[in-house]
Amino acid sequence: MANAFWCVVEDDRKGYPKKVTAEVLAEARRLSGGTAEAVWLTDSAQPEGLMRLAEWGATKIWLVEHAGLAPYRGEVWAPVLATLVAAQAPKAILGAVTSRQRELLARLAARLGVGFAADTVALAMDGDTLVATRPVYAGKLLSKVTWAKPPWVATLRPNVFKPAEPVAGREPVVERPAVTVPDAMLKLVERREEVSTGLPELSEAELVVSGGRGMKGPEHFVILEHLASVIGAAVGASRAAVDAGWRPHRFQIGQTGRTISPKLYLGFGISGAIQHLAGMRTSKIIVAVNKDPEAPIFKVADYGIVGDLFEVVPALTEEFKKLLAK
Amino acid sequence: MKILVPIKQVPDTATQVRVAADARAIESAGITWIISPYDEFAVEEALRIKEKRGQGEVVAVSLGPDRVKEALRSCLAMGADRAIHVNDPAFADADTLTTARALAAVIKQEAPQLAIFGRQAIDDDMGALPAQVAELLGWPSLYWIMEEAIAADGASIRAGRQVEGGLEVFEASLPCVLAAQKGLNEPRYPTLKGIMGAKKKEIKDLKAADLGIAPEPPQLSVARLESLPPRPPGRVIGGDVHEAVRELVRALREEAKAI
Ligand SMILES: Cc1cc2nc3c(=O)[nH]c(=O)nc-3n(C[C@H](O)[C@H](O)[C@H](O)COP(=O)(O)OP(=O)(O)OC[C@H]3O[C@@H](n4cnc5c(N)ncnc54)[C@H](O)[C@@H]3O)c2cc1C
Ligand SMILES: Nc1ncnc2c1ncn2[C@@H]1O[C@H](COP(=O)(O)O)[C@@H](O)[C@H]1O
Repeated sequence: MANAFWCVVEDDRKGYPKKVTAEVLAEARRLSGGTAEAVWLTDSAQPEGLMRLAEWGATKIWLVEHAGLAPYRGEVWAPVLATLVAAQAPKAILGAVTSRQRELLARLAARLGVGFAADTVALAMDGDTLVATRPVYAGKLLSKVTWAKPPWVATLRPNVFKPAEPVAGREPVVERPAVTVPDAMLKLVERREEVSTGLPELSEAELVVSGGRGMKGPEHFVILEHLASVIGAAVGASRAAVDAGWRPHRFQIGQTGRTISPKLYLGFGISGAIQHLAGMRTSKIIVAVNKDPEAPIFKVADYGIVGDLFEVVPALTEEFKKLLAK
Repeated sequence: MKILVPIKQVPDTATQVRVAADARAIESAGITWIISPYDEFAVEEALRIKEKRGQGEVVAVSLGPDRVKEALRSCLAMGADRAIHVNDPAFADADTLTTARALAAVIKQEAPQLAIFGRQAIDDDMGALPAQVAELLGWPSLYWIMEEAIAADGASIRAGRQVEGGLEVFEASLPCVLAAQKGLNEPRYPTLKGIMGAKKKEIKDLKAADLGIAPEPPQLSVARLESLPPRPPGRVIGGDVHEAVRELVRALREEAKAI
């Protein structure tokens, strides 16, 4: 449908859309007044995956299923998506901040010659144009941006927007447009999986436990991992902990690391430097444990405990265990 | 091998930024400017490739006002061979796409085998330019690069990009766009000799006309810059560790409903 709001599906590479897609779909529905269409580029979509999109509120699903689409490569995906856009003329193309879509939607906007707003945290209609809000300058300011013309292309920060409540029994309406999938220039030679910690992925996690220089050494992170496993959280770190070699780079939170926005962030032995705050200040609830009452992290924390993390973490782990056993 | 490194000059993160009177930009007075940290990883990687191959040229490029020369000079002091400054008031309100078009035009003129960007500029945090320039050039792009190696014949590259849950290593024929992630390397500091030598290196000024382009009106504009809404004041929970922890867990469950 011309003027439709599109949601680019982020999947788990196994044929199922991820939760962040429910957030983008809900936002597309809200902004459009009830119709949101999903576009799914994949090598293989599971029928239950399509069902899930319908239950999340996709009124139509544009599905391009082709072996050439795996793994994600920008030079392959952008022309495919652009072909669909040219044929259907959607009003907005919304995606999520993920490793693929941050690149894909930027490429798409360049191809279409339209504006692109990355990492938005709020979207609103102002008359008949879209206004997006995005954090800038290390999250110290918010920038409201507008587009000169549609389609409005944007990515949404995960965990910030309210996901769609699934409505059981909605049947997926699937269109399978014939699109030529161009040859890839990039060739995948290897995929190195992280050793599975059994904990959620940092940028997607609803709960995050994070340690800083106050952890005193890599061997102590095990107490945070234990706490994290009790509540099902991901474990992050400050740059000081990463630069000391205590944690791999991919766990760094902040301006030169990951940007996260969990429901609950618990920071231990982290001072709260501006560059760290840049990566986590849109968290809904912030808890800080630090032995220095003057640590700047207390300025953004909803709850703080001034104390020694080596006493607080084990006690907190026990208390969470008790709560969750109920 | 010629490597082009686009860099952006940004306010030091520690400096206070204030919204200007028109609420569409920041007050520029009193700001300390730095090279965006990811771009330093890009410069460093380019220098390492050149050193490893024992030949080549590293060209730093920036689009921006006069002050940007200082950042380019720092790249030269680190070891870049020359610099290009796209310095034209016509780009004053350039958005990402306009900047991408200008950088793509520079790359067409210079015809490097590789363009290494930072993964994002830490002022606007858009992270879009590497992808957009690659798209305009029809080149492949690899985001959030943690490692790379150029084949001995200089014709192809292998690079690992960070993705959710792992690292994907790709091979591509050159030319190619890379976007550097932290962890790729540890950028060097300029030496005194480097700083002295930088004074003699060339920074070429280019206008839009030299690139054969006429800047178009921006596709994305800032309507308003605002300060953050204040977070509701927090609460420090006192008492002995066990009491404090019990109260914290209660509050997280009952007040915040966060767990
Ligand atoms: C360009 C640039 C980019 C940067 N990017 C990032 C980034 O992405 N992410 C990031 O985190 N930082 C970043 N930084 C670094 C940042 O400025 C800080 O140096 C860093 O965040 C400090 O880490 P920290 O809080 O762990 O360490 P510190 O500042 O040393 O704080 C340690 C804290 O632990 C407390 N502590 C010590 N022992 C205990 C204990 N037993 N119990 C309880 N508390 C204890 C101390 O009171 C102190 O407050 C960046 C810096 C620059 C210049
Ligand atoms: N004005 C500019 N001049 C040259 N390179 C730039 C400029 N702006 C951004 N870049 C490059 O593009 C990357 C991403 O920028 P951005 O898309 O603005 O986050 C930066 O890390 C730089 O490598």
